[in-house]
Amino acid sequence: MSEPSRPDLSRRKLITTGIAAAAGVAGLGVAARLAQRYGLVPPDHGGIYGLGETLTYASQRLLTRHSSAREFSRSQISKPPFANEIPPLNEAYKRLQAGRFADWRLSVNGMVARPASFSLDQLKGYPSRSQITMVQCEEGWSYIAEWIGVPLSQVLQAVEVHPQARYVVYFSIDPDWWESIDMSDALHPQTFLAYGMNGDELPVGNGGPLRLRLPRQLGYKSVKYLIHLTVTDSLKGFGKGLGSAAPEGGYAWYAGI
Amino acid sequence: MANDADDDNDNDNDGLTGKGASWMRMPHVRATCYHSGVGDSVCIPTAASAVPTTTVISRHSALVRVTHWITTLCFLALLVSGVEIVISHPRFYWGETGNDTTAPLFKLPIPASRNLVPSGYGYVLPDQNGWSRYLHFQAAWVAVFTGLLYTIFGLVTGHLRQNLVPKGADLSWRALWRSIASHLRFEPPSAAEAWSYNVLQRLSYLFVIFVLFPFVIWTGLAMSPAFVSAFPSTVNVLGGQQSARTLHFFVSLSLLLFLLVHVAMVWLAGFWSRMRAMITGRAPAPGERT
Repeated sequence: MSEPSRPDLSRRKLITTGIAAAAGVAGLGVAARLAQRYGLVPPDHGGIYGLGETLTYASQRLLTRHSSAREFSRSQISKPPFANEIPPLNEAYKRLQAGRFADWRLSVNGMVARPASFSLDQLKGYPSRSQITMVQCEEGWSYIAEWIGVPLSQVLQAVEVHPQARYVVYFSIDPDWWESIDMSDALHPQTFLAYGMNGDELPVGNGGPLRLRLPRQLGYKSVKYLIHLTVTDSLKGFGKGLGSAAPEGGYAWYAGI
Repeated sequence: MANDADDDNDNDNDGLTGKGASWMRMPHVRATCYHSGVGDSVCIPTAASAVPTTTVISRHSALVRVTHWITTLCFLALLVSGVEIVISHPRFYWGETGNDTTAPLFKLPIPASRNLVPSGYGYVLPDQNGWSRYLHFQAAWVAVFTGLLYTIFGLVTGHLRQNLVPKGADLSWRALWRSIASHLRFEPPSAAEAWSYNVLQRLSYLFVIFVLFPFVIWTGLAMSPAFVSAFPSTVNVLGGQQSARTLHFFVSLSLLLFLLVHVAMVWLAGFWSRMRAMITGRAPAPGERT
């Protein structure tokens, strides 16, 4: 009869499965702690999709530590220039627009030594940079344009960011649109405060007079009509604490994919 | 190797060391090996003992069964969320860029979930892109880990070599044609096919696992602005980001086609017996009612 051999087999199986499961749980615990320590956990890591979000953010953060978004040749710039749908602009915007944006300000505060407020002319006073990169929407469409502006890192340097800062939160004049990025993205040389496009002023439809450009992430992170930046070490105090308006509307905070 | 037993009838356990076939190592179970029409050989335990034979043998190993169903769930999640994502812009392009002002390669004749898309419909579907994207990438991660586990297991245990790589004799044009013809005539599968994949199954499973799955992952990653910043050639060789999106769509369609044919074939072969084999591991012995 084979009966006596079966319990042995299943006991061995049970023990190995148990050990494997325990090792797996312990491994996950260690991985979670390491991920937390090295800033590899996104602020919207809670909920049923937290696993996928954390894996995406952590792996892409590690893979893209030294990478730059693809840049294109002038001949690849989309013609005609494309601008997607924009939300109805509010009274505050229209007032500034009537004054040809002379009074537009970008205020910077939070964990910085010298909080400041920059006019467009002050921003244009920094050496300007340009990049020909793609705007990629999560819906599926895309276009290429030349973006002119000042790297965000330059402004952050001017206000002297505290070393313990971890995120930059940035706000549109449209109160429903605010986003945040980690310092790795904030200090990336392609992260621009863009005020020009295709050799001209930045059109209203594309976020003029000032928008963020973050070409390693999808378009919705490149907030238009930028008026305010806050440097922080925690995203808990902003909105629902999920990092930005996107997760509150059901979209991922990290949009590298 | 289990396959070496081709001509051994009434073998006991000697020389049979097939992985995952624990009954082969049990001296009390006698095996009958016989040939199917296409050169497969199959061993079915015949001896009755205190233990019913069908509970001893496993048609599919536990790991194959578990990974199969996890992959099924992931595929359905990817399919539903993928459809929802496409609805937000049901137009396809070739090259680097494409948008509402550029000519599409083709567009799907469906309404869109964004009102600026010229879909030709007077209404806009609800926007489901947020959770669809969360679900899409989560399911993709689970599918990738499941696939890795399956592949490593398949290589280590010989599952891929024994159960999926077609046998040399089955790869002749004559044998292939015979199998195709038998499929085209909708002939019911032989009893042996309850225990071993036929050559067309083997080829299509290998194609799905080692061509379509890697290609759908590749074309998916080639759409990620962060991923391609680290590995730009992954999108450049495809002809651009919109080309990657279009290819991703067609590979997904191929996978959907596979799913439909797969389920249809399971249905024709005997839905419940095949389902039972993939869920519990049990498969009917010859003569047993399915």
